[in-house]
This record gives sequence, structure tokens and C-alpha cells, in this order.
Amino acid sequence: MEIKKTGFYELHKKYNAKIVEFAGYYMPIQYRGIIEEHKRVRSSVGLFDVSHMGEFIVKGRDAEKFLQNLTINDVSKLQVNQVQYSAMCYEDGGIVDDLLVYKFTDHYMLIVNAANLQKDWDWATKHAPAGVTMTNVSDDLSLLALQGPQAIKTLQKLTMVPLDNIKYYWANTGKVDGVEMLLSRTGYTGEPGFELCFDLKYSEQVWNALMQAGKEFDIEPIGLGARDTLRLEMKYCLYGNDIDSTTNPLEAGLGWITKLNKGDFIGRSAIVKAKEKGLKRHLVGFALQDRAFPRHNYKIFKGDREVGFVTSGTFSPMLEKGIGMGYVEAGCADIGSEIAVEIRNSKVPAIVVETPFYKH
Amino acid sequence: MLVPEMLKYTEEHEWVAVNGDIATVGITDYAQGELGDVVFIELPQTNTSLNQMDAFGTIEAVKAVSDLFAPVSGTVIEVNSKLNNAPEFVNKDPYGDGWMIKIKMNAAAELNNLLTAEAYKNKIK
Repeated sequence: MEIKKTGFYELHKKYNAKIVEFAGYYMPIQYRGIIEEHKRVRSSVGLFDVSHMGEFIVKGRDAEKFLQNLTINDVSKLQVNQVQYSAMCYEDGGIVDDLLVYKFTDHYMLIVNAANLQKDWDWATKHAPAGVTMTNVSDDLSLLALQGPQAIKTLQKLTMVPLDNIKYYWANTGKVDGVEMLLSRTGYTGEPGFELCFDLKYSEQVWNALMQAGKEFDIEPIGLGARDTLRLEMKYCLYGNDIDSTTNPLEAGLGWITKLNKGDFIGRSAIVKAKEKGLKRHLVGFALQDRAFPRHNYKIFKGDREVGFVTSGTFSPMLEKGIGMGYVEAGCADIGSEIAVEIRNSKVPAIVVETPFYKH
Repeated sequence: MLVPEMLKYTEEHEWVAVNGDIATVGITDYAQGELGDVVFIELPQTNTSLNQMDAFGTIEAVKAVSDLFAPVSGTVIEVNSKLNNAPEFVNKDPYGDGWMIKIKMNAAAELNNLLTAEAYKNKIK
């Protein structure tokens, strides 16, 4: 299959990005270096191309009922222009994908992970009843994330939409640099900011306008590498690492989006059963006590006993130490629990800590 | 991409500079660029003996970890302890302050198994 390019591909090259294939796209993994990019987002503002993500439009009189069955959060609670973090589960409670659900006046939009796009499409359309139409608009849209303490000031220079009136996890439509778009107060970095969704053909214009507007704040483009370290410092889940078809949302710490009382949905009875039996493991955040770095699939021990595994790990640019997420047995999941991560035949002590790892 | 002419290279992206029977070892400019920001380097103790292409340490970048391989056999006589506190030297100056270990060679003929600058340039092209 041919590897796709987003509308920003030529710009990535111009900004000397190191480009890798990710989920079927040529994407920038880094520009000037992950640590520098990470710190730029925490201290000022950064611009991310996240156009590889998928967008599905859901329409029809039964759209709400359909999404209520398909996703685990309570779609009926959404007001027009509101956004909801949610997930789709299999019948056995395993996770198909995590996603955002947007409610608009006459339709919904789902934003899904690039790597899961086809699987999600197949799963959703398979369950869509006759009164619902779904459209995959992923190839028509560009998606940029502008994130950081100066992100809102940067964006406000280009739009009449009063950004301070848009609350976290709400969206609005309006013009940015004259281009009609969706301005969504969301992101996956833990910083204030917006995600902008607009017609692919304006990609370069919008990027250049944002880079120009952010110049006074030393805006920089940010690659997928820093996107990963930023989300990890917040303990946000990454599908394929921290959640997948073998993990249920409760053990993944996503109980806050799992609305077991909203009525039936796909996976509900399995999740209820797991809850009644008592969760056997929990996704925790831990910090390493020595200078070492946990990586995906490293084993976690309590004394000599293997009690779990690492799902994500990195050097934290803000805390300047090794941090990670992983599933551990229920008895080792409390804050302050002393565990150890096996790193190249030695067991490195670690402590289960409160998350997010990093707080302003 | 810097590939100094006077050095020899491994297939695994280490460089070696030879002075008498002492070989100084580091990783190449290409390797540091591929790894990205280096945050920790685990190096052997002095007096460790190594065979050619033994793993002598590990290098942790933000995204991933890699092994380091000895270009020649011999005994480690010095390690660059500055890298403990400043692993970023490997990114900033891979052929200078980013050097990792010095090996007293016991089989200098092994140098002939390594890549010339020309051959290494072709490999990373």
C-alpha cells in the first residue's frame, strides 16, 4: 500500500524533520530534538501535524442511539459543540480504540487513532443500523494541534472567535486566517491549546499563519516523538501501548469515561462482570529511583515475584528521570508501592506515584 | 553527516580512532542523529576485557535503547566519565567530547575487519 502524505509534508521537509512511516503516513518524528520540542510545548507553544488521525461523520435520526451503543461514555450528556473522550469496546470488554466524540447540530464526528482507522471503520459500520450513515472524511481534512501556555494567545491573533469563551472539551466553528474551520479546545499534552480541523487544501496557509503568529513566542513545530513524551508525562493512554484489545477500560484507569449506568453498550456486561469479580490489575504510573529508563514490555517485579509489565516508558524531559506506565497486580498498585523494573537483567527500584507525573 | 576519513567504523555505527595500540571508541554522527537526544550511557568498568563486537554498554535515547559494540578486542583502560552527567556530548560532539571508551588492543589486525570511511559512507547513504 502506498504511504500517504499529509498536507504538511513539504513543510516538514522544509523544517528539516526526521520523517518516519507511522500508521501508513510519512510523519515527522522530530525536528530539532525531542527534549527541546517537549520543553517548548511546556514553556511556550508548539505546532503538531496530527492529520494522520481519522475523522468519521455520523448522521441520521438514530445517530445518538447508535453511538450510545458503540461507545462507553454517555453520548446523551453531550450538548451541541461539546467534545467527549471515549472508547469503543469489544463484547469481551477489550478496547477497540479510544476516540473523541463531537456533537454538532445535525451530526456527530468521531476522531480516531490513525493506526486503527480501518479496524474502527469496519467495527463501527458493522454495528451501524439502517437509520445511520457514516462517512470517512479522513482524507479530506487536515488536523493541527497548537499546544502550550502561549497557544491561545497565538491563535487569537488569527481569529475573531473569542477563544477564552470556549471551555476545555468544547469546540466552535469560525475563521482562522480567513479559513473556515473547527476550533476544538482539546489536545493530548496537558497544556492549554486547540486542535484545528479544516479543509486539506488550506494546509500550508494555516500552518504558515500559525508559525508567523507564534513567532514572538518562539513557536516550533513538534514531532511525534515529543507528542509521546508529553502525553506520557500526563499518563494519557496510547492505544497499542497502554490499552488494546486485551485490556478493559476499568483496569486502564478509564473508569471515568465508562458509564455503566447509561444503559447497554457493546462490552458493558463483560466490564460489569470484571468489576464484580474485582479488578486483578491496574495501570499505574511509576518513577524509577535510579538513572534508568523503562521501555514497553519490560517486566515489573515485587521482590522476586513478577507482578506486571511496562506499557510505556521514557526519560521525562521535565522531571529528568525515568518514568513509565504499566499494569501491576492490584496489591502493588497503591501510590507509594515499591516495585522494580527489570532492565537488562538487573532490577531497578521504582515507586508507584501520583499522576499526572508532571504538574505546572 | 560527518564521517571523518582517518577513522574506522563498525557495521553497528561505532567509530574507532587508533593511536599506537590504544583505540578510542564512540558512535558516529549518523548514529547519534538516528537515536535522537541521548539521556544515559552505561559504560563498562576499566579493566574489563572485550572481544571484537562484544556489547560493551548501552545507550539510552529518549525513544529507545541500543547496545554498544566493541570495534576491537582488548582491555578497557579508560571510560569517559563526563558522559555520566553530560550524555548530550554524544549528540553535540560525537567524535570529540562524546568519546566513550579507550581500549588497549590485543589484536590490532582486527582493524582490517572494520569499514573505511568510504565504505561506511556508502552504508549510510
